[in-house]
Amino acid sequence: MEVRNLTCINCPLGCQLTVELENGEVKSVSGYTCKRGDTYARKEVTNPTRIVTSSVKITDAVSKETMVSVKTAQDIPKGKIFDVVKDIKDVTVKAPVYIGDVIKADVAGTGVDMIATRTVI
Amino acid sequence: MEKYNIVIIGGGPAGLAAAASAYDAGERSILILERDVKLGGILNQCIHNGFGLHTFKEELTGPEYAQRYIDQVLERKIEYRLNTMVMDISPEKVVTAMNKSDGMFQIDAKSVILAMGCRERPRGALNTPGFRPAGIYSAGTAQRLVNIEGYMPGRKVVILGSGDIGLIMARRMTLEGAEVKVVAEIQPYSGGLKRNIVQCLDDYGIPLKLSHTVVDIQGKERVEGVTIAEVGPDMKPIPGTEIHYECDTLLLSVGLLPENELSKQAGVELSRVTSGPVVNESLETSVPGVFACGNVLHVHDLVDYVSEEAAAAGRNAAAFVRGELSGDTSGEIPITFEGGPRYTVPCTLDPKKMTDTLTVRFRVGAVMQDRWVNVFLDDERIVHRRRQIMAPGEMEEVVLKKSQFENHPDLKSILIKVEEA
Repeated sequence: MEVRNLTCINCPLGCQLTVELENGEVKSVSGYTCKRGDTYARKEVTNPTRIVTSSVKITDAVSKETMVSVKTAQDIPKGKIFDVVKDIKDVTVKAPVYIGDVIKADVAGTGVDMIATRTVI
Repeated sequence: MEKYNIVIIGGGPAGLAAAASAYDAGERSILILERDVKLGGILNQCIHNGFGLHTFKEELTGPEYAQRYIDQVLERKIEYRLNTMVMDISPEKVVTAMNKSDGMFQIDAKSVILAMGCRERPRGALNTPGFRPAGIYSAGTAQRLVNIEGYMPGRKVVILGSGDIGLIMARRMTLEGAEVKVVAEIQPYSGGLKRNIVQCLDDYGIPLKLSHTVVDIQGKERVEGVTIAEVGPDMKPIPGTEIHYECDTLLLSVGLLPENELSKQAGVELSRVTSGPVVNESLETSVPGVFACGNVLHVHDLVDYVSEEAAAAGRNAAAFVRGELSGDTSGEIPITFEGGPRYTVPCTLDPKKMTDTLTVRFRVGAVMQDRWVNVFLDDERIVHRRRQIMAPGEMEEVVLKKSQFENHPDLKSILIKVEEA
């Protein structure tokens, strides 16, 4: 039996989680205080994922803002983080942009869209 | 002179939540004064995720979280003025402010809510030796440059201090192509949240050196390198432990200080521990009708708790305007503590004035493992909760119920006692 201790990263409470594994299969999870912790622990030991946030250039904003913040609409595999930031490096969008607008569809072939997290008019 | 029932100083997360809640408590004469070009405060540059799980049951980025509250203020048609700097608050609650369109103006307020937030501790407060080369930034300045302005402050980075903004910026700079060589923390524990150590440092293989500090900064025009060394229990560098890093940038994430210049002008009594106002259960300061919430009151880790606290301040300010919050302070009982906490917010509690439940927040002074958190009303223990780990970087709370106070008509003492389990 393999035991792994994790810190849940879903919210700032940072619950201390203990996962028991047998032959790579999760046998039990303890220490979580909400079901996100259970889900996180199971994923983290099998297929760790992260939400990636960044900001990209925006032009023609009335507010004169030059950057708009973005995120992956869902979590993506941890190993793909740098592919995602590389894929949006040269993206420039034109104002107006609204919260939730797709900035780059299927970013880095993850099947997940990069969406705006701010409204810039 | 203009008159408003409630004037809120600051349009960040605390000010916005206070405004919406005062409105929902029936108050209509509310004005928010904000010095920035937009509402939302520091959340606008906190583009990372992890906000709002408690409030909205979903995971949001800073700008998204701010927008939820901006929308609440807009839907309620609450008045606000941007680009407006408040210069003074008098003890009589006359607010003096200025902006480009109105010039200098004064507002006679029945109640004032302090929601100015906090500032970063600057390099000057650290006594680090060396010249004053370019390339030394507070972590929050770097965050603004990268996320809002779109500039990279440097390519090879050393970070001093393990506050959350420093950790977040270690990841952010790495994603933007910089090499973050090390995070040095003078304390034997991290100042930031555990989750940020995991997802900002461990994920990217960035070392965290505890009990280390910067002993030399090289470079005259631009930072060329930084030397760190281990410190002993006396916080003094240990000779022979120096490590040199070649770098062009040093980020400082060495603490946040509540911004209380205006509070002082208003005559508000400040806590020497938090640098924020001393408040009672209603979040009212020593000046009647002046309330405080958010990071100006005490620095929070979690914006969700700022919103919750600010909503209480808004409700209480509305009650004060209606004349429902008695100015009688004779029933106030100090909240005392031993065994770990450094302070509590609120500092005093009047059982007659408390709401059905009241959250008391505090921080401990050192990392503590396996403790009981107890609350005693005189000799009766009303809270007995086990905590596996408590750390100065993570705020603690106990929730008190009004019903627990009913058996104590002559209550003398409220004690929060942390004990080894």
